[in-house]
Amino acid sequence: MSRLTASMCGLALTSAALINPAMAQEDPAKKTQTAKTFWGVSTEKLEYRYSDSDEELAVIEGDAYYGTDELKFRWLFEGEWEEAHNAWETLENQFVAQVPVDDFWDAKAGIRVDTPEGPDRVYGVLGLTGLAPYWFEIDTNLYVSDEGDASADFEAEYELLITNYWILSATFESLLAFSEDTEIGVGQGLNSTEVGLRLSYDVIGRSFSPYVGVVHERKYGDTADLARDSGGSTEDWFAVVGARLSF
Amino acid sequence: MKKRMLAALFGGLVSMAVTAAEYDISVDRVQIDTGDFVKEGIGYNGASPGPILRFKEGEEVTINVTNNLDEMTSIHWHGLILPFEQDGVPGISFPGIKPGETFTYQFPIVQAGTYWFHSHSGFQEPNGAYGAIVIEPEGREPFRYDREYVVQLTDKHPHSGDRIMRNLKMSADYYNRQQQTVGDFFAESGEKGFMAALQDRMMWGDMRMMKADIEDVQGFTGLINGKGPEQNWTGLFEPGERIRLRFINSSAMTYFDVRIPGLEMTVVQADGNNVQPVNVDEFRIGVAETYDVIVRIKDEKAYTIFAESMGRSGYARGTLAPEEGMTAEVPELREAPLLTMADMAGHMDHGGMDHGDMSSDDMADMNRDDTGGDDMAGMDHSAMGHGSMDEGDGASMPEDPFYAKGSGLVPTASNGGKFLSYADLKAQNPLYEHREATREIELRLTGNMERYEWSINGIKYEDADPIVLQYGERVRFKFVNETMMTHPMHLHGMWSILDVGEGKWNPLKHVISVAPATTVYMETEVDAPGEWAFHCHLSYHAASGMFRKIVVEGGPDSTVAEGKQNGTPGGES
Repeated sequence: MSRLTASMCGLALTSAALINPAMAQEDPAKKTQTAKTFWGVSTEKLEYRYSDSDEELAVIEGDAYYGTDELKFRWLFEGEWEEAHNAWETLENQFVAQVPVDDFWDAKAGIRVDTPEGPDRVYGVLGLTGLAPYWFEIDTNLYVSDEGDASADFEAEYELLITNYWILSATFESLLAFSEDTEIGVGQGLNSTEVGLRLSYDVIGRSFSPYVGVVHERKYGDTADLARDSGGSTEDWFAVVGARLSF
Repeated sequence: MKKRMLAALFGGLVSMAVTAAEYDISVDRVQIDTGDFVKEGIGYNGASPGPILRFKEGEEVTINVTNNLDEMTSIHWHGLILPFEQDGVPGISFPGIKPGETFTYQFPIVQAGTYWFHSHSGFQEPNGAYGAIVIEPEGREPFRYDREYVVQLTDKHPHSGDRIMRNLKMSADYYNRQQQTVGDFFAESGEKGFMAALQDRMMWGDMRMMKADIEDVQGFTGLINGKGPEQNWTGLFEPGERIRLRFINSSAMTYFDVRIPGLEMTVVQADGNNVQPVNVDEFRIGVAETYDVIVRIKDEKAYTIFAESMGRSGYARGTLAPEEGMTAEVPELREAPLLTMADMAGHMDHGGMDHGDMSSDDMADMNRDDTGGDDMAGMDHSAMGHGSMDEGDGASMPEDPFYAKGSGLVPTASNGGKFLSYADLKAQNPLYEHREATREIELRLTGNMERYEWSINGIKYEDADPIVLQYGERVRFKFVNETMMTHPMHLHGMWSILDVGEGKWNPLKHVISVAPATTVYMETEVDAPGEWAFHCHLSYHAASGMFRKIVVEGGPDSTVAEGKQNGTPGGES
């Protein structure tokens, strides 16, 4: 199955190479007068969560990229550190190549490596990310694991400007599995949703924006049953405090 | 007078006795203190802005530029007509100046007026590498003044150019702090009803476009001759004097609306060329443009030079005073303008860039429908038909033929008086004989705001072929702005004759500002052989791809000046 992910990566790279023509050499000014490669590192979420059932979590979610308008390499990371167990409940690293497919949309392909407490998984990733009409930021991905299980996620974010510095951001995330993978607590069908509301203030440009907010997490169906069986909760309300960082 | 100079040059340069002058410029790391912040930057002879270079028309100048940086540098003489090897664009005119090296520029001065110079390497110019050029004419000038000052504007930002470019690529609205808020929404629904306000938001949201998208890079401090508003650059005068102010906009990204409350200004030069005098209360200076104005102050009091940015996110301020330390009231910034649907018309007609197919020849689908014939200024508004559908109160909207009908960007003078329009600019003494253009080249100004990609005809510089012109032809360039930003287009090495519908009196410029959803024409007498740069002078637009190399084929060997001024048309039209 890792052959599948490798070939997906290969596909992304070849198609990117096709889009990027090799004609930049002839005119030296194309180099001196053009800013070509860019990079950026940001954490969308770097926060502490306190649940209504006294669960405490540290959460980080962010990405780093390097590339051109036509091809970017992006590392996306996501982790949930559970205070009580002193362990990573979630630990995901995605390495994807990203190419534009439309004025507002990028396609992504790559691999995702999950190494939390418990069994590890490696997935092939195909995704779409961009800006939908009415300013909804969308990110959605299809995953196929090394166990042969397929799943998908969908994330949407909307930022409401209270002022140009006070920003209320609403997020919605959901996870869907096409087949169950009980070993890692995944049931077939809709697994979980997470809805968040965070009020931030831009203190230093857009580099440092502390926020407070609330997050609601819920598990559904077989996934909820699996969580219950292992003594976990199926629905939580969290108060969160954290900061968005960007370099 | 210039015509005479050119004729003399072409006629018999060898036999002419020319005076020579030599200048030394060092390119240095400097500290820039705006009063709001202190920042490391790049300057000339130890300071930013650099020195004012004073040349004389007719002389041969030698300029030794020593690079004290640890990176390549260059100096471009903005607006000067000179051999292309002296134009200072790395990769086009010459390879650039290596760290530690001295490069000697040498060229004849064939014009007079106000110009400027700046680095054409990376983002050294926004980082501080700029200075002014003042060229004294050979003959008498058609206006009088007792005193003169260079008033060089810039938009100094606390972030370095590289950082700004990177942030814009990460998020195009990174620096935009004028976006519409919840409060604005309620204010708007109070004015015109909740549903109307909602519909308006939905319409813009559907396009993923922002009404407040006027200044990409906010958060700067406006400087006059290197001084921030608090540091208050002051020019002294004696009451009763006529003062010539040589305004130069050396900003990376910012247009300024300039006024001196209480004084009328007489515009006598635009981009270094004499124009028929126009009295104005206020004028808009595009990035890289220059305007020379004359003011006459009779009383013994101070006057504020107030330059508000077009998007009202910042300002520069200076003072004209009879004595050091005297100040006048500093006006408040006016309310920020908002784009209207009229400004978006060019974008809606043609969509954004075609990503999948960037290398294809977009010239093929240039058959756009030209709505309406040429109106008085020789422009056809692609905006027509969409115009003023936004606010519905079109009757009271100010108009200027160089803005789309119903545009939110049309400037008005703060005192209700006269605001300079391109349509007011007429050459004082035409340099070229007026003749039909030998062919027309359409250049669509295109981009994708969300990705911060800028291009010409949908193709970025890195993927584009050069524009090839033939020596001796007169090319009519048709700029069609399909974006919602204003682009100051700058052609190196040859004059841009702005079509204001006045035939032989059309003014000579080196920067042509093209407002959103408008079509503007300029003509160029192709009289300079070699390779030249042509680009949007907004630093981050140029670096993102709104740039072309222009190749002029044929013509005399650049070192042997002979033949007729205009030569024979060599290009197929």
